[in-house]
Amino acid sequence: MPTERPLTQAILSDGQPLSLQGYERSGGYQGLRKALREMTPQKVQDEVKNSGLRGRGGAGFPTGMKWSFTPMGEGSPRPKYVVANADEMEPGTFKDRYLMEGNPHQLIEGLILAGYAIQADVAFIFIRGEYKLAQERLARAIAEAYTAGYLGKNILKSDYALELYLHVSAGRYMCGEETGLLNALEGKRANPRAKPPFPQVSGLWGKPTIVNNVETLVNVPHIIEKGAAWFQTLSHTRDAGTKLYGASGKVKRPGLWELPMGTPLREILEEHAGGMRDGLRFRGVLPGGASTDFLVEEHLDVPMDYTEVQKAGSRLGTGTMIVLDDRTCPVGMTSNLIHFFAQESCGWCTPCWSGLNWARQTLAAMEEGHGESGDLEKLSFQSKFWSPGHTFCALAPGAAEPLQSALKFFRDDFKRHIDEKHCPWRS
Amino acid sequence: MLTDEERREIEAELVRYPTRQAVCIEAMRIVQHHRGWVSDESIRDIGELLEMSSADLDGVATFYNLIFRKPVGRHVVMVCNSVSCWIMGYERIREQVTGHLGIEFGETTPDNRFTLLPIVCLGACQHAPAMLVDNELHGDLDAAKVEGILEEYK
Repeated sequence: MPTERPLTQAILSDGQPLSLQGYERSGGYQGLRKALREMTPQKVQDEVKNSGLRGRGGAGFPTGMKWSFTPMGEGSPRPKYVVANADEMEPGTFKDRYLMEGNPHQLIEGLILAGYAIQADVAFIFIRGEYKLAQERLARAIAEAYTAGYLGKNILKSDYALELYLHVSAGRYMCGEETGLLNALEGKRANPRAKPPFPQVSGLWGKPTIVNNVETLVNVPHIIEKGAAWFQTLSHTRDAGTKLYGASGKVKRPGLWELPMGTPLREILEEHAGGMRDGLRFRGVLPGGASTDFLVEEHLDVPMDYTEVQKAGSRLGTGTMIVLDDRTCPVGMTSNLIHFFAQESCGWCTPCWSGLNWARQTLAAMEEGHGESGDLEKLSFQSKFWSPGHTFCALAPGAAEPLQSALKFFRDDFKRHIDEKHCPWRS
Repeated sequence: MLTDEERREIEAELVRYPTRQAVCIEAMRIVQHHRGWVSDESIRDIGELLEMSSADLDGVATFYNLIFRKPVGRHVVMVCNSVSCWIMGYERIREQVTGHLGIEFGETTPDNRFTLLPIVCLGACQHAPAMLVDNELHGDLDAAKVEGILEEYK
């Protein structure tokens, strides 16, 4: 049976965006029509909850449950907000760009449905500044959606109204963190906020707000149109739906593939990415972006879903994996990753800004041949303070994952840098 | 002084947000679009329009790496230095770009043609190594390609 690819099958192969007419011909806006015609907001929430959809931005929180914390009914605070997190900046991740450039209306429909489910008044697409093409295509699609009656007052002649704005960001990884994003939208520095209160209760300007990743939202029209039970059948495992998996690094065919959730790591790397380039051997992989633990050869048969990747000691994250080969220095790779996190730390929490910067310097020195005995123990000790509870947000905990797992799996490589006083990968 | 056009564009944004401050990042982007960068004078003028102190607005401006608080050249070259590009040869690309332009990161060529900056992951990892020149993404770079690409920007 051919695999269903609801998120990407309508996307054109010539790189052009799917037009409004093209999207409608492929079944687009049918989910919205159905919801407005025959479903209450509660019913839409329930359908998404029953589908088992989990957040595709990295954390994997159940989407329907996230929505269910929003105050509903008469007397609930207004306006309410719904935000698409299109600030894709996790190193190694390039899936949301493809979804937005290829089929902008699919995101818009998902956002309108999420808005209807919590009875939001205003929607934002928060997109990073560097994604110029996606911005142009979304801006055009939003204008088309207004003209066609999918946005604005009395959507499709119903009582529901939603205004949708495109917010172009001005940089920084922190903006992709849910509460940092809220501060950025309010015109502030993107420092994180303490939780609770959670954004569903007190988000943008203190009003109820839900924030969902692009890939999460584009699932919603399909779930509403075809139902929760259908969505469950798409996956290989208990975590429902399909997933956009990607691979970069020195594989034969770097790319992006929509596959059943739970597709084994080996199948993605060997069949879809074509295996390693000739002459290179696989050493490890960050399975879901920079802020996930390395997996190695022994993990190749892990089904790539939230539950199983976690059991293997890592996280599904964004599902876009970065492959380490045997000709690339694992210490250099770790140093590059920690440099990124140290640079992007917003400075709010001491273990993050101070600890990450210290680790960045230690790893850079090791690469230059100035590593000292005891560095590895100090790196392990320091990174213990980058855990949830010591910091407001997930940036530092995310940095700890590649570092701690690299120290575990590539310990000999770190030791060689210290003992031989140079990087063995540099001639 | 903000031009009438800048003022009009900023005021058009105000209807979308419940506070004036919320518009400040977009306001700086608008001014930067017209002038290439955001000067101290522009910080003061935008602050006045949005009822923010210059210090508060500059605190926001300096957080965001795509707001330029120094003049930049006619073209801004941003070379991705994140992990996938690093694996695929970022260091050679950086050497090629700095060698060809004769400047390091954070600098502008004397003829004011190029400013060179590092950038985090551009989301083009299947085409690593990659760089952004103004609004255009260039992927699958190799040392030989870089010079030809840069020469297209006059």
